[in-house]
Order: sequence, then structure tokens, then C-alpha cells
Amino acid sequence: MSKLNTYREGPDETGHFDIYGGRYVAETLMPLILEVQEAWDKAKNDVAYWDEFNRYMKHYVGRPSPLYLAERLTDHFGGAKVYFKRDELNHTGAHKINNTIGQILLAKRMGKGRIIAETGAGQHGVATATVCALFGLPCVVYMGETDVKRQRPNVVRMKMLGAEIVPVTAGTGTLKDAMNEALRDWVSNVEDTFYIIGTAAGPHPYPAMVRDFQCVIGNETKEQMMEMEGRLPDTCIAAIGGGSNAIGLFHPFLDDDSVNLIGVEAAGHGIETGEHCASLNGGRPGVLHGNRTYLLQTEDGQIVDGHSISAGLDYPGIGPEHSWLRDTGRVNYVSITDKEALEAFQLCTKKEGIIPALEPSHALAHVAKIAPDLPKDHLIVMNLCGRGDKDVDAVAGYLGMD
Amino acid sequence: MTTESRPETRITRKFAALKAEGRAGLVTFLTAGDPTPEASEDILLGIAEAGADLIEIGMPFSDPMADGPAIQASSLRALKAGMTLPKTLEIVRSFRKKDDDTPIILMGYFNPIYIYGVDRFLTDAREAGIDGLIVVDLPPEEEGELCLPAIEAGLNFIYLTAPTTDDKRLPKVVKHASGFVYYVSITGITGTKSADAGQVGEAVARIRRHTDLPVAVGFGIKTPDQAAEIAKVADAAVVGSALVQVIADNRDENGAPLPGTKDKVLELVGALADGVRGARN
Repeated sequence: MSKLNTYREGPDETGHFDIYGGRYVAETLMPLILEVQEAWDKAKNDVAYWDEFNRYMKHYVGRPSPLYLAERLTDHFGGAKVYFKRDELNHTGAHKINNTIGQILLAKRMGKGRIIAETGAGQHGVATATVCALFGLPCVVYMGETDVKRQRPNVVRMKMLGAEIVPVTAGTGTLKDAMNEALRDWVSNVEDTFYIIGTAAGPHPYPAMVRDFQCVIGNETKEQMMEMEGRLPDTCIAAIGGGSNAIGLFHPFLDDDSVNLIGVEAAGHGIETGEHCASLNGGRPGVLHGNRTYLLQTEDGQIVDGHSISAGLDYPGIGPEHSWLRDTGRVNYVSITDKEALEAFQLCTKKEGIIPALEPSHALAHVAKIAPDLPKDHLIVMNLCGRGDKDVDAVAGYLGMD
Repeated sequence: MTTESRPETRITRKFAALKAEGRAGLVTFLTAGDPTPEASEDILLGIAEAGADLIEIGMPFSDPMADGPAIQASSLRALKAGMTLPKTLEIVRSFRKKDDDTPIILMGYFNPIYIYGVDRFLTDAREAGIDGLIVVDLPPEEEGELCLPAIEAGLNFIYLTAPTTDDKRLPKVVKHASGFVYYVSITGITGTKSADAGQVGEAVARIRRHTDLPVAVGFGIKTPDQAAEIAKVADAAVVGSALVQVIADNRDENGAPLPGTKDKVLELVGALADGVRGARN
């Protein structure tokens, strides 16, 4: 594919990034999707809306998050200079809150009185329950039954924040089924409900809208790196489940040719085993949850469940813009196994005193692969998109700790 | 609207015949391959004789987002029993050997068709004897994917309209519709809430102001009485979850159909047909 003048103009007005994206939803939902789009088109061009968003980012979320030079890891790798974008320091402990603040402000403008969300690892559920508490709106979170069990601390947090948790047993009881169930709720409660989708996927305008909220990550990184190093980074790396933290970091750099962008998918037990969540590296294009994108599926077009040690990467699809960026070649997508992620988790904890979530541990594992062979003036930014408190029990189990 | 954009099929002929008879039709829905491919074929072969005027066959999908628990479960049973899109087409071929009149509509979600290949699917569907398609997650906004190619291939593409589809949007939805318009009588998923016949009557009248196509009503019709109420105000009543539930309730511990399952399903079809046929007397 020939090089484009800009990679930042998508999607087109029908919500497509080339063949990806779109609005593949039932007619009952279509008027709602159009209503959200209309409200979003107005809000995104309204200075007052962004002023409010920025005020919450600064005083409630705690932004800007630091850009931190991880000196001990840099020494350890002995090559490139490794920076962490510290989005795990945000209120609620991950990048998810950037998006939920943005969407609840939109829901408020639209006069919607009830919020629903899906969650996998529970980070998006917590971020949604948090903003619902903040704005005094009732909140229902759909969560696969399997995830309810393996992410108990987040379930407790959501309940304390006043959210109703609905364990989803339909299908296979994981994130994709939680999303199906949230869509069913939305179809059944069209008048008063706003659906806060947790990643840059789903029907248009969600992929673009969520990206625009998460771009705060990349925009800050750009400014901070200019301040600290006087130039742009050479490589940006982020983990990808649905891909919202990655698109937020990458998008502001898409037209900076010198910046190498790398998305890290979850290879689970290894792509060759079939037990992974690497939609781009191990799936093919299909249509699910309102958009066309790369999906894990059978030869008959049935969606299959992925496997990852990280519940937050455990989704059989990926945001449509990533599918497009893959096909254009602008972003390079690699994968990391459970085992490699666990090693990176421990390395970060011991060398930097930061317990990362298992999701960014995948990104760090790729940093560990490439940093040693890069020159000392090569600048890497890795998005440390979530903290690992939620994962300590699971990791202790994997490591056989008491 | 030009005539070639509205293919003539067994569906259009059936609705013309129903109109001449002065009655509404019964549309039945069952999932292909539920509870097993063999049992499913056996039930479908008897369903027209039992009183179904038009037959909807569900193409099982792993993630049926617009469906309630009954049809979700039927989809999973069928997939577990090894159902695939090629096998669904095979059932239709068997049916056509016996019955060349009753219209067959395939209903489902886009991904399995997309993966099968749109052109190949349309060729094979037409050759198998399918008359129309309902693809839940292809609204008019994505009509280029399958609706327009289906019309080109001589199949009816049936659009859903919902209570949320207002007068401003209706013209867009019915623009390329053919065969009939399917009114989803509730804001919700299949087989959950039940519609109020009075409101349905108003909604059908509203749709008729935008199109001369027949209007079938579905989602939430479970009993012969409910079907009869709908048959008074619409051109057809669609029943799915209630039939699928009979299959769900008549399986042994291994999921195989109990003896007599077919008779029980066909008995309900017969009762629904009686309700629909007697509605306007």
C-alpha cells in the first residue's frame, strides 16, 4: 500500500477506516447509534465540552500522568533509553478513566439517566462505576461469569461504588458475551440508557470517540518528550486488547514518520497453539459487535474465545482502526506469550518498584526483546497503562507463591 | 421503485395468495441444526403441512446479539451439534425436493455469510431454493454488503423496522426492502416482552404509509391467541422463541431430542396456524 499524506483523518463519514469499522447493528439500535453520533459531532466541536473534560482530567484523574525515565531497567537492558508513560497513576489505576469521563459527559449532555457498560478485567467497569458515582447515575456492569471469579477485587470495588454487577453466563461467559449482553440491555432500554463502551471498538462513532478521549496519552507524551529530550521518541509501544490505550498513544504520532509504533498482542500459550488473543496476528477480518475488524473465528465464521493470562486482553476482536493501521503497515503488531509477560511483570516490580498490570507487562516484555540491541540514544516510550494490584493474586498463583 | 429492485419470489407469490384468501400468514422460525442436524431437518420437513405459510430458518451464530435466551441457546445447541452454513443450505435442498412452494427465508447475522463469501453464498442460496434473507446486523447503512447484491441475485432482502424507527428514518429502511417488512414489535430482544396489539396496529399503519409491502410482525408473539391478535392488524405473525422452547424442553440428558418432540413442535405450529387463520372471521 502506498504511503498516505495523513493517517489521522479516519474514519470516513460512514464510520469506515477503508473496509474496517462501520455500523453493523440491529435496526432497533441504529437510531440510538445515530443519536450518539449526532451528540458526539456537536460535543467534539464545542470548546466548553473539552474545557469540562480537561478540568476533570486535571483535578479528578490527576493528569498529566508523568513520563518517567526507567533508569534501572534502561541499565538492565543496556541499550535504548526506556520511558514509561505512567497512566497507571491515574485515578482508578488505568487509562480507562480518560474514556469514561468523556463518555459520561456526553451522556449527561444527551440527558440519559442510566449507564451500562461491559467489562473484562474489571478496569473499565471500575472506571465506569466511578464516574457514575461522581455524577450520581445508576450503573449496570455486565461481566462474564469467568471474569467475575478471576477479578474479584475489581468486582468488590464496583459494588462499593454502587454499581450493579450482572454476571453473564450466556455463551462462554467472558468479555465478548458481556458485550453481547450489554448490547441486549441497550436494545431493551433505548429511551434512558447510554452505553459506555470500554475500548476503541464497536459501531461508529465509538472507535473514533474513544480514541479521541485516549489521545490525551499521546498528546502529553509528545509534549513531555520534547521537554525532556528536545525531540520526539523513536519508538512507542503499547499492549493491545481492544486497543484503546495503544490508539491513544499512537494516534498523535501517526504522521511523524520517524516514530516507530508497535502494538503488542497477547499470544497466550503461543499463537501456534491456537490459545491466544492475537486477532491481528492470528485472526482474520469479520463482523462482530457493530464493526468489521480482525477477529478470532472458525472457518465457518463462528467467533472463538481467546486465551490470555490477562483478562484485559482476552477479547476475540480489536478496534477497527488498528486493523486498518496493520494493513497500511504504519503500525507494527507483534505478540507476547503469557510466560514472557509474567517475566516482565516480575522484572518491573523488582527493578523499578512498580507493580504493573499484566496488560502492560506484555508491552514491557517486547521492550525487553528490542531494547538491548538498540543504541543508547534511542528513545522508547512504553505505555504503562494500568497498575497490577488487581493481578497480584493471579500472579502469586502462577508463581506458586503462598 | 423499479420492479427489478423487488425480485419476484415464492414470498411475493405467497403474500399475493394470502391477500386473495383474505387472511394473514403464519411465519415460523426454527434454528437450523437444533437440537441436531438430523432432527432439525425432520421437523422442518413437516412444518408447512402443519400450517406454516412461510418458513424462517435461523443460521446459527456464536454471538446472536439481538436474540433472547431461547434463541441464543438454540444457536449454541446447533453449533455444538456441528451445524454449519453449508449444512443449513443442505437442509433447504432436502426441503425443496418435497416442497417447491413454501417460501424459505434465512435469518441470521452477517459474519458467517461474509466468511463463506457473499457471491458464493448468494449463488448457493438461490440454487438451494431460498427466497429471502434477514440479516439482523446489516441496517440500510451497510446495504452495499449484501442487500444490493442479493436483489441482483433475485432474492428478497427483508428489513427489520423497530419502534425506534421513526417516520424520518422509515423511508431509508424500506427503500430497498422487498418481500415484506418485518416489524419488531418491542424494543428488546427476541422472546422476552410481549407487544400490545393496539400499539402494533398503529405501528403497522404507520409503516404502510411508507410502503405497499406486506408487514409481518414478530418478537414476543408466543401463543395462538397472541398470534391471532397480531393477524388482525398485520399481514403475518412471526413466532420463533416459543417453538424453539419446545425443542429445548424435550431433550434427554445428552441433548438428543426425546421421542415425540417433532409432534409437539408441529402441534404448536398447528395451533398457531388455527389462531392466525381464524383471526379475521
